[in-house]
Amino acid sequence: MQKILIGIDKFSTWFGHVCSWSVVGLTVLIGWEVFSRYVLNTPHGWVLDAQIMLYGVLFMMAGAYTLSKNGHVRGDVLYGFFRPRTQATLDLILYFVFFLPGIVALTYAGWTFFNDSLKINEQTFNADPLPLYPFKFIIPLAGGLLLLQGVVEIIRCVICIRVGAWPSRIEDVEEVDVKKLKEMVHVKDEDIAALDKYVIAAGEKK
Amino acid sequence: MIRKELWFGFGLMAIILAAVVVFMPWSNLTNGHLGLLMLGLVVVAIMLGFPTAFTLMGMGMMFAFYAYWSRSNGHSELALQQTLDLMVQSTFGVMRNDVLISIPLFVFMGYLVERANLISKLFKSLHLALARVPGSLAVATLVTCAIFATATGIVGAVVTLMGLLAMPAMLRAGYDVRLTAGVITAGGCLGILIPPSVLLIVYGATAGVSVPQLYAGAFFPGLMLAGLYCVYVMILSKWKPHLAPPLPDSERIITLPAANQHINDTIGSHALPSLLMALKGPRNAAISTRVLLKELGVTLAPLLVFLVIMGLTWNSLTRPDVVQDLSGLQEMGVENKGDASVASLSGLLEPPGSEAKEPVSGGVQEPPGSEAPAAPEKTVLATESAKTPLAHGDFHRDPTPPAFWYVFGIGLAMLAALYLMMTFVRLEVFKMLLTSFFPLSVMILAVLGTILFGLATPTEAAAVGSLGGFMLASVYLLLTQPRENIIRAAKIWVPLWLVFMVSVVWLILYKAEVVMVSPTLWVGWMSMGALAIWGVIAMVQAKMVNTVRESTYLTAKTSAMVCWLFVGSSIFSAAFALLGGQSIVETWVLSLGLTPLQFMLLAQFIIFILGWPLEWTEIIVIFMPIFIPLLPKFGIDPLFFGLLVALNLQTAFLSPPVAMAAFYLKGVSPPHVTLNQIFAGMMPFMGIQVFAIFILYVFPQIGLWLPTLLYK
Repeated sequence: MQKILIGIDKFSTWFGHVCSWSVVGLTVLIGWEVFSRYVLNTPHGWVLDAQIMLYGVLFMMAGAYTLSKNGHVRGDVLYGFFRPRTQATLDLILYFVFFLPGIVALTYAGWTFFNDSLKINEQTFNADPLPLYPFKFIIPLAGGLLLLQGVVEIIRCVICIRVGAWPSRIEDVEEVDVKKLKEMVHVKDEDIAALDKYVIAAGEKK
Repeated sequence: MIRKELWFGFGLMAIILAAVVVFMPWSNLTNGHLGLLMLGLVVVAIMLGFPTAFTLMGMGMMFAFYAYWSRSNGHSELALQQTLDLMVQSTFGVMRNDVLISIPLFVFMGYLVERANLISKLFKSLHLALARVPGSLAVATLVTCAIFATATGIVGAVVTLMGLLAMPAMLRAGYDVRLTAGVITAGGCLGILIPPSVLLIVYGATAGVSVPQLYAGAFFPGLMLAGLYCVYVMILSKWKPHLAPPLPDSERIITLPAANQHINDTIGSHALPSLLMALKGPRNAAISTRVLLKELGVTLAPLLVFLVIMGLTWNSLTRPDVVQDLSGLQEMGVENKGDASVASLSGLLEPPGSEAKEPVSGGVQEPPGSEAPAAPEKTVLATESAKTPLAHGDFHRDPTPPAFWYVFGIGLAMLAALYLMMTFVRLEVFKMLLTSFFPLSVMILAVLGTILFGLATPTEAAAVGSLGGFMLASVYLLLTQPRENIIRAAKIWVPLWLVFMVSVVWLILYKAEVVMVSPTLWVGWMSMGALAIWGVIAMVQAKMVNTVRESTYLTAKTSAMVCWLFVGSSIFSAAFALLGGQSIVETWVLSLGLTPLQFMLLAQFIIFILGWPLEWTEIIVIFMPIFIPLLPKFGIDPLFFGLLVALNLQTAFLSPPVAMAAFYLKGVSPPHVTLNQIFAGMMPFMGIQVFAIFILYVFPQIGLWLPTLLYK
């Protein structure tokens, strides 16, 4: 079971990783456009639409990836203090109450939305138009991926309720990776531990 | 058995539920009341800890369906269709939101800068530069935090890094544990407020306030908050020196390079005169002229920069107004710097052949007075050899405005004072600042300046800032490599940069009206090509691939987190509006008969309270749509309200028990530092934040002066 879960995790992560490169594309595209407009005095009409699309792809497609890394923001006032079993029970209920209806509806609605756009071969409203329907296809695609990842998370909840501990996830870059930051500024754990004497000395003075 | 920490959350939850139960008029519920019920329920549901974006989406969908269903008198199929439309339209609205698009770019810039690993250099140089200030280490920590947090905007990383760098230094110097913890956590959160910050973009997108205006408004309040922190620390260390003892001299020693040490010993300790004397005097045969010139160049850098800036300013101030070049828009390649309207028209009407017949140089000799009649002759092709009339100085300069001379005089006086104080020791500190403090602050100011002066949109500035972050990171990562690698890389990098700089300098000179021809196409393409080639080379030589990859992935996750929250909240807000919750809130608030001051206090108090259980993103995207429509009723400027909210949400970062900063610091502190000590250390700074909100409220000009100056 764990193998399948990790497999889907990997799939979501891979998809997210691929799409996250669009931020590099976005940076380069806008950088080029800025140069082209201000220095060369030749602006391009389609760039504005293209940058919106790159941004849309970036965050929509990263939705499932972020879910697979447990990265969506949670209200943390209680959750962090619960036992894993309580956490999993709550999550499981709320996945069925909020997540599944919401994402199923979004995916279905997105699919109709995309098909309507495809039928009329919709383009952006611009002098240099770009086709718009591939961009609209992002909604059902991102919704489908989220749904798949959501099922994985639901199974994780069930496993956690049974076992009493959260099953492991695959590792990924983290925003605050303390180990890496320590290496970056050349601080070792011993150095920190050595500081304790100052703290204790200060405590004794009082 | 419930653990102690849980009581707080459950207590809050119970209060909200009780309030909902008590205040709901259960006998005659309208849809509007259901809206309020939904609002209460969503806060409770968020506190349960399920990912907020999906909580909002699911709950919004259910209530939207109910709202449509009750409107269409139980026609459920239609209601379902409308709900689906609403959901997909809200989602698509977020996907093409042209304000939110700058979030990933700013976040990307932040991650790149964070990985440039200049924080330890920054801290060290600031700490030496500020050695004489009371509580110097704490002040240096605050300044480092303010700059680094502004550039990166990542609270967790800044607090962790400063916990690793500044905390050992401060503890070793005998600083109080609480003060140490407070300074680091408070400083690390400054990036939330000081622009370019993501919080202000999120507020701008929700409240429909322009982001440049918010940035202009938050600039001084942000500086004020940082300044108040520093003042507090300085006063405290003067008042209670045992909490923040001055640095022992052994910590302040700066070793000079051999050459400078030699001059310092033989000639004198003042850098500028000594270097000049050493250059021509025979006394320093031991030191090569090249070394001396290098040192002199660094010493003279501030003067040169000042003179160039003032020179360019003078040039554009005194140059007679040149009418905007309109012809460039209509016809490529025709540059027109004469009296515009006539000239550009004639330029368009004239057959191409006539230009060749006319002596191009004729325009140059013509006196300025005859411009209008001679206009046709002024149509000049913008080839490389194009000489435009005004470029040759055959015009009368406008009188220099006296304000220019005042600024010039003050600048000169400051420079004189700088050079009087510049000893060799200080020169060394200046050099350190030059490699850590200045690049980062110039980058931030450039990004911010282009936004504030309307030269670029926040999106463009953020993208260029990301490229700047890439440049910064690759240079600093290269510097960590062995020396021969650096030299080898520099031989390729510097020429490429120079080629790139050609068109940038040209553009600046063109904008400052020194050069009359905008950079030509081939020069532009060459520069851009050079930058692109450099980017590829830097990826390999500075081993940037991994850095960029990690920053990219992190950016995707952070953007997904924020923007999916927007997807959820836009569905939720739509449902709230459909149910008519907004009008109930409005009638209720208006029926209270509050004065604007009372309303403002109430609103800020509610936001402050919400800051405990909720994160700032949640507060802004869920509650701002409720507060914003009320503002015009009380005559409150949404821009000003936004600044107060931003300051207010800062306190949420420092309020226990969910203050993120405290947990990050705890993660890297010595084992005997307790969470309670950290919380206790944060309290005074939280007090300062409340004080800052108060000051901003009493003197709104702190925030509103700059936006008014720039945009009204």
